[in-house]
Amino acid sequence: MFEVIADNGILAAIVALVVLAAGFGALLGFAGERFRVEGDPVVERIDALLPQTQCGQCGYPGCRPYAEAINQGDEINKCPPGGDTTIEALADLLGREPKPLDGEAQQSPKVAYIREAECIGCTKCIQACPVDAILGAAKHMHTVIVDECTGCDLCVDPCPVDCIDMLPRPRSLDEWHWPQPAGPGLPQQATSLSLIASDRQLSEDRRSQRGAA
Amino acid sequence: MGWVLVATFPGILMLTWHFGWGVITNVVTAAGLAVGLEALMVRLRGRAPLVALRDNSALLSGVLLGISLPPGSAWWLILVGTVAAIVVAKHLFGGLGQNPFNPAMVGYALLLISFPVAMTQWLSPQGLFGPEALSLGDVLVRWAGLAEASSLDSMSGATPLDAFKHKPEAVMASEFWASDPLPAGSLAAWRSVALAWLAGGALLLYKRLITWHIPIAMLGAMLVLTTLLYAIDPSHYGSPLFHLLGGAALFGAFFIATDPVSAATSRKGKLYYGAAIGILVMLIRSAGAYPDAVAFAVLLMNFAVPFIDYYTQPRTYGHAAPQRGIRLDPIDDDQERLP
Amino acid sequence: MTRSFDFPGGIFPPERKIISTRQLLREAALPTRVVLPLDQHIGQAAEPCVRVGQAVKTGEPVAIGQGMLTADLHASITGTVTAIEACPIPHPSQGRYLAVVIERDPDAPETWQRMPALDWRSADSDTLTERLTRSGVVGLGGAGFPTQIKARVHERHRIDTLIVNAAECEPYITADDLLLRTYPQEVLDGARLLARLAGAERILVGIEDNKPEAIAALQAALADSSPERDTCPIEIRVVTTRYPSGGEKQLIKRLLDREVPSGGLPADIGVLCHNPGTLRATLQAVRDGQPLVSRIVTLTGEALAHPGNVEARLGTPIHSLLEEAGLKERELGQLLMGGPLMGFPLASTALPIVKTTNCLVAATRTELPPPPVEQPCIRCGACEEVCPASLLPQQLYWFARGREHDKAQLFNLFDCIECGACAYVCPSHIPLVQYYRATKGEIRAHRLEAQRAEHARHRFEFRQARIEREAAEKEARRQARAKAASRVTAHNAEAEPSPRGKPALGPDSKEQLKQLRIAQAAAKASLRKAEKALARAGESGNDDTADLEVQVATAQENLQAIETRLASAKEASST
Repeated sequence: MFEVIADNGILAAIVALVVLAAGFGALLGFAGERFRVEGDPVVERIDALLPQTQCGQCGYPGCRPYAEAINQGDEINKCPPGGDTTIEALADLLGREPKPLDGEAQQSPKVAYIREAECIGCTKCIQACPVDAILGAAKHMHTVIVDECTGCDLCVDPCPVDCIDMLPRPRSLDEWHWPQPAGPGLPQQATSLSLIASDRQLSEDRRSQRGAA
Repeated sequence: MGWVLVATFPGILMLTWHFGWGVITNVVTAAGLAVGLEALMVRLRGRAPLVALRDNSALLSGVLLGISLPPGSAWWLILVGTVAAIVVAKHLFGGLGQNPFNPAMVGYALLLISFPVAMTQWLSPQGLFGPEALSLGDVLVRWAGLAEASSLDSMSGATPLDAFKHKPEAVMASEFWASDPLPAGSLAAWRSVALAWLAGGALLLYKRLITWHIPIAMLGAMLVLTTLLYAIDPSHYGSPLFHLLGGAALFGAFFIATDPVSAATSRKGKLYYGAAIGILVMLIRSAGAYPDAVAFAVLLMNFAVPFIDYYTQPRTYGHAAPQRGIRLDPIDDDQERLP
Repeated sequence: MTRSFDFPGGIFPPERKIISTRQLLREAALPTRVVLPLDQHIGQAAEPCVRVGQAVKTGEPVAIGQGMLTADLHASITGTVTAIEACPIPHPSQGRYLAVVIERDPDAPETWQRMPALDWRSADSDTLTERLTRSGVVGLGGAGFPTQIKARVHERHRIDTLIVNAAECEPYITADDLLLRTYPQEVLDGARLLARLAGAERILVGIEDNKPEAIAALQAALADSSPERDTCPIEIRVVTTRYPSGGEKQLIKRLLDREVPSGGLPADIGVLCHNPGTLRATLQAVRDGQPLVSRIVTLTGEALAHPGNVEARLGTPIHSLLEEAGLKERELGQLLMGGPLMGFPLASTALPIVKTTNCLVAATRTELPPPPVEQPCIRCGACEEVCPASLLPQQLYWFARGREHDKAQLFNLFDCIECGACAYVCPSHIPLVQYYRATKGEIRAHRLEAQRAEHARHRFEFRQARIEREAAEKEARRQARAKAASRVTAHNAEAEPSPRGKPALGPDSKEQLKQLRIAQAAAKASLRKAEKALARAGESGNDDTADLEVQVATAQENLQAIETRLASAKEASST
């Protein structure tokens, strides 16, 4: 038996491969069982990439359910508040192709404002708010805690007197940052910091003088 | 890059002085083709050609390629080399600053592999106006690809490195040189050309266009290695002087290996990079199939540049130790939240 | 000569300081209208405490700092508050931000409102810190870091050295130079004050050797060492001129051979760094009770007929200062605030000066020509050679352009001090610093968004848990009512067999009970974990525990919901 195999080159190769495959298969199976991760970290990681506005525009009641749906194979382009950056981050994480956003992208982050004079105190918006960002009691004026509002606009529809506006989120001085320069071959923006060409010339002169001295 | 072009002048003049008009036709053709192809590629990529050409980088690549080719090469050979250099090695990778490989050397290596005979037949050093020198007319005939094969052979000879490479095993070095294996004046011609490159390199250093690290590391490594080999077996290995002044060692050290785009950037990295090129050149010269190896050595080390750069990062202010290599888990706050 | 250490890199740009050092320090004319933006410092904007129409005296507070990192703001002239509105401020964003506008009657005399004078040698440190908080002093070197925070840093760190950063390495700027020539003793006294407050054992004055007059003035001031001044040894360390040795980290390296750890503060290595202007303002606040209402500004550039240094009231319009210095408007090509390497261009001369305005460069077109077109990077490595932080600017540039933020952070983008040396030497004219600033801003914005998202997630989870708990409680009440009702019926008709009760004891409900018990244990564990995390955060002095508190509350709600359900399930199974 052994001699037959040893004499027959092709047979020897096949046997060797089968043995190897079986061995490594067993090893992989054992490792998969032994080091299995409890829970489902992929959902956590997807959830971490979503903007957590809890707006439901994806058709799921909140970001976490959408994260679970993505893990089950749903499209990654259903999150308008996240926009292209979120789609790219998800594509990167899951190894899928990025797709154009399904729906209209939001231009700038928004927050809800209640025109307090018109509010009748019906508490409908309070029940709709997914992050408890609206303060008020029945028959008393309500107001939005701006810092907590995610701009999901779920409170706009339930309002019976249409006293809720979505306005751009106020930006503080600290949030401003420099824009990226235009890139090679293009004229630089006026705001960008100027190199001093004449200074450069002078310093080169000085340097060569030093070199000469 | 204007001054780099100026720095090539002594070498080009010396080459022309010894090898005739063929050098000029090479350089002019390659430079012209390179600039034309650059303009075409920039145009195709939707940029402004005039802005892109102003940096002279394509011109320089063309000149360097023209210098590397055997004098009096045919136009089609030069065209193939320039296309490889400018179109493939440079613009397909994203244009100036994005090419991982030295464009001129990509062109040269492609030609050397594809047309080994044409690429190893150097004209013998007949001088510009020597009795047997080719006239400008003869050179143009060769350039147009109309010269007869027999006339080519009679005019060509091996370079010193090539001749020494193909020396029979049994022949001792002293016997070999005594047998006068080369066309008259070859060794002297190559040495004076090498010294002209050295002069150009000195200009580059003086103008601070390159730093000393790469050339010195490369030549130093070659010197150490040849001295060692020569000390062990002088009958089979060339002397240090023969290796340093023969072939493209000095040209490569100052003009090819120092190309900033494809070289390592930190000082320490430049030293490693240069030394590795020197070692590779000597390995291929003494143990490989090719008589000279600057192009291959530079291209091989171009591969290693990202690796060198990652492992020679300086220690940033405020950090205990320099970073080594690249971490695969970049700053990822999400990781911490995972159960 | 003490051995001096060194930082790598650096450049030697032409200094051009002589333009503004030929004239003595003078006082600018009192403006008739000042604009005082509420956010002139690092940290949270101040909250206005005056009304429109209110009369204010010079030195009267007009806005009070909010939160931890903040500074007060004081009226810089005597007059009436005419508006509190969004005004254009000198900031690269060119936006409008809230500011207090004060106008004065040109003929009315100036009246001051000062705080009581204190003796800095005898006053206790709480009084001194409180005085700094109330006088709105911030770092006048350009960063605008509130000084009272720096003064309190000794509460957490041991400080051994106070450095007076008089290097002033950026071209054109001479404000500190002229200040030291004019008021050397006040600067040194300010340093003694803050050194005492911080418990520092010595004071080092770091100054570049291109300011011989200031060095001489300092030495003369030191020679007058009356016993009450002899509180702390002072040493003047002259360093060779090289940009950017005035960078805090670079100066510390040069004077002490210590390095501020990445992401840390000088206080981590026992050092405090102060600008001379800040020291004088601190002394004035304590000795004279005078809050920060003016600062020294360098007016320079070739478009000025009489360049020099002036002490100007905060909020003074830039054009009135420039006109006083003989602005040749036709020649003005570009107006910079700060120096040519780290400053930024101003869009208009109508902007006010703020606490961080150390220099105004009115440059002609030939002096500061428009930047040349950016060329591709050829990886020449010139930037790497001049980087004072030993970064790899060319790599950071790639990552910035490709928006590879995590790689940029891996290559220590946040250790960049934005000195501009790399952009200065770049042969391809790449505005490298601009790329780094933009990338840093993007990364910070991302972090902020991530924080917000995390916060919203916690709030959402808490809400879910709360709704869950309420539902469970409702369910429990309903069951209790149903049971009471069924008991009544069972009591009434004893012969009839109970329709429920027995089937509830089936394997299904047992399984359910078991699962609920497991869930209860898990909820308890997660509550303990959240509480532990909160306690740890509280111990380590972390102020931002809101999210952790929400997490604890969420865990509590979850536990409560599960316990309610468990109780009702038990109830159901026991009957």
